[in-house]
Amino acid sequence: MKFNNETRKVTIKAFRFNAETDYLPYIKQYELEVGKDDLVLDLMNRIKWEHDGSFSYRRSCRHGICGACGIKVNGKPVLACKQNAIELLDMFDNDITLEPQSKKRVIKDMIIDKKDFWEKHAKVKPYVVANVESHPTKETKQSIEAFDALLNSDLCIQCGNCHYACPSLEANPDFLGPAALNAAYRFSIDTRDNASEERLKLTSKPNIGVWDCVKCFECAQACPKDINPIEKITKLHNMQFEYGIAERNIATKHAEGFVRSMKKHGFLDEADIVVYSEGYLGMYKHLKTAYKMMKAGKIHFTDGLPFVDNVPKSKNLSEIQKLIKISQTNKL
Amino acid sequence: MSQLKYALFTGCTAKQSTPELLSSTLAVADKLGIEITILEEASCCGASHLQDFDAFLAHVLNARNICYAEKLGLTMITICNTCQLNSALTKHALDSDPLLKARINEKLAEVGLEYKGSSEIKHFLYVLIDEYGLDKIQEKVVTPLSKFNIAPFYGCHNIRPSELHESSNGHENPYAPTSLDRLIVALEGKPVDYQSKNKCCGFHVELQANHTSEILAGNALVDAIDNKADMMVTPCPLCHLKMDTYQDSIGELMGRDIEIPVLHMPQMVALALGATEEEIGLKYHVSKAKSIYSNAKAL
Repeated sequence: MKFNNETRKVTIKAFRFNAETDYLPYIKQYELEVGKDDLVLDLMNRIKWEHDGSFSYRRSCRHGICGACGIKVNGKPVLACKQNAIELLDMFDNDITLEPQSKKRVIKDMIIDKKDFWEKHAKVKPYVVANVESHPTKETKQSIEAFDALLNSDLCIQCGNCHYACPSLEANPDFLGPAALNAAYRFSIDTRDNASEERLKLTSKPNIGVWDCVKCFECAQACPKDINPIEKITKLHNMQFEYGIAERNIATKHAEGFVRSMKKHGFLDEADIVVYSEGYLGMYKHLKTAYKMMKAGKIHFTDGLPFVDNVPKSKNLSEIQKLIKISQTNKL
Repeated sequence: MSQLKYALFTGCTAKQSTPELLSSTLAVADKLGIEITILEEASCCGASHLQDFDAFLAHVLNARNICYAEKLGLTMITICNTCQLNSALTKHALDSDPLLKARINEKLAEVGLEYKGSSEIKHFLYVLIDEYGLDKIQEKVVTPLSKFNIAPFYGCHNIRPSELHESSNGHENPYAPTSLDRLIVALEGKPVDYQSKNKCCGFHVELQANHTSEILAGNALVDAIDNKADMMVTPCPLCHLKMDTYQDSIGELMGRDIEIPVLHMPQMVALALGATEEEIGLKYHVSKAKSIYSNAKAL
């Protein structure tokens, strides 16, 4: 049998695990012929229909809108009904493994328990909080500007790809994560909404809110709708200061402390930012590290004592000082 | 090949806690005949933290930095992934939004500057690979790194978001990056393949979410060690700081000893190209690294 140039015979690996019967997960291989228009979902359908009826995954709309078929392929989060298979095979040298979004949450094969995702999503009140009359007589119109301010955050289909790509959330299960924070932005920026302050307070809390974002951009890379959740997380950071909700703590002082340093030196004063953010009392936990860094010459005595303004200064520092004076918009 | 010339945005760490990054970068440029002008006027890039506080101010200050590279008519090169990210984010924002560009230029005019958008911004890693060329680097190797298993650690801000970086990072695949691996091979070292190579080191939440930060760094360190790495190498000084400085406390958290040198990318290249011990600056590391120099030279 002669193969069409446009199809490719490949071995696809798939993660298999049934939480009810299996002790350990395993990888199973399937010989498939992949055509140029095949989606990852088509491959999963073929595995199930032609090779092994027990292979399990979620699917529904097949149009990139229900958010059911989010999986990972070689660590890359994809929406199975949107991701072209040949494109993936090219990206990974014809060697791909279908995996669930989060292995530790697997129920069966590609199906995971998304309970934590939905709980966190619900926490941010992902809806417009407003007193709406039961029989309104006119529309609540939105301007183009008000719509543009959403920055496509309303395109989220709750697939969970960003949530399960977030390393901060893996290290700290209390962190709300990118999808919930995107929703928090979506509704807080809505001009009809009355719960912005409540959401901003919630998302400013240490350990659960925006300050636990590690800035890895995994969420931006993971989103099949190109929402760029970290952009919304940064907006939430900014809104804390704009709305005067930010409290003085390590995280906010650390962010604001950059202006303090840059005013003095142009550069960041690396030692001072730690002292300023932590406060003198909080410094004790850094003493051991500071000693080691000093010993290695990482904190050094180039032209004065460390912590006492011995930082190199940018040339034309007065320009930086002037620009800060005329451009700074937020305060802590 | 006509001589390559660049404007170097050093960033803060190369001027303070990682002097070895600056000296090794300059040594590599010298060995390869790349002409570098340091942008002494540049400020901090805001490191993603100023951006959280005041996004507009961050754009103004980053645009100012880029202005000085534009004045020289040179590509601005960075030696820190986070400098690369924040400079590129400002460039992208201004080049794609004429209104924002006008608002920023209104401020810059007050100090006699104008952002035009004429300079590219590129990390030194990709200058070496895509503009200088690995084959030419390989020709200049005097100390092959063949003894070492080297674990490449890419650092988030050079590879994600790929849409922002693809024009300057040779279309690196964020899920399977290859540039550092290829550089290691060109220097005749053995690249270590491990899962964590494109993961986050946790640096940015070191103060406010220390536990998260240490777990992320710990996962990567342990992964590299378990895959028989003799050292890690990274193009980002923030990844270096996180993973070099805190190995004791991370080891306590992970419940095992962690000891592995974490080199800056230019240190590794400088070593292979025969730079001096002083230029490579291994003495500035907190984790033990100094013996790498003599080991590399020993027959």
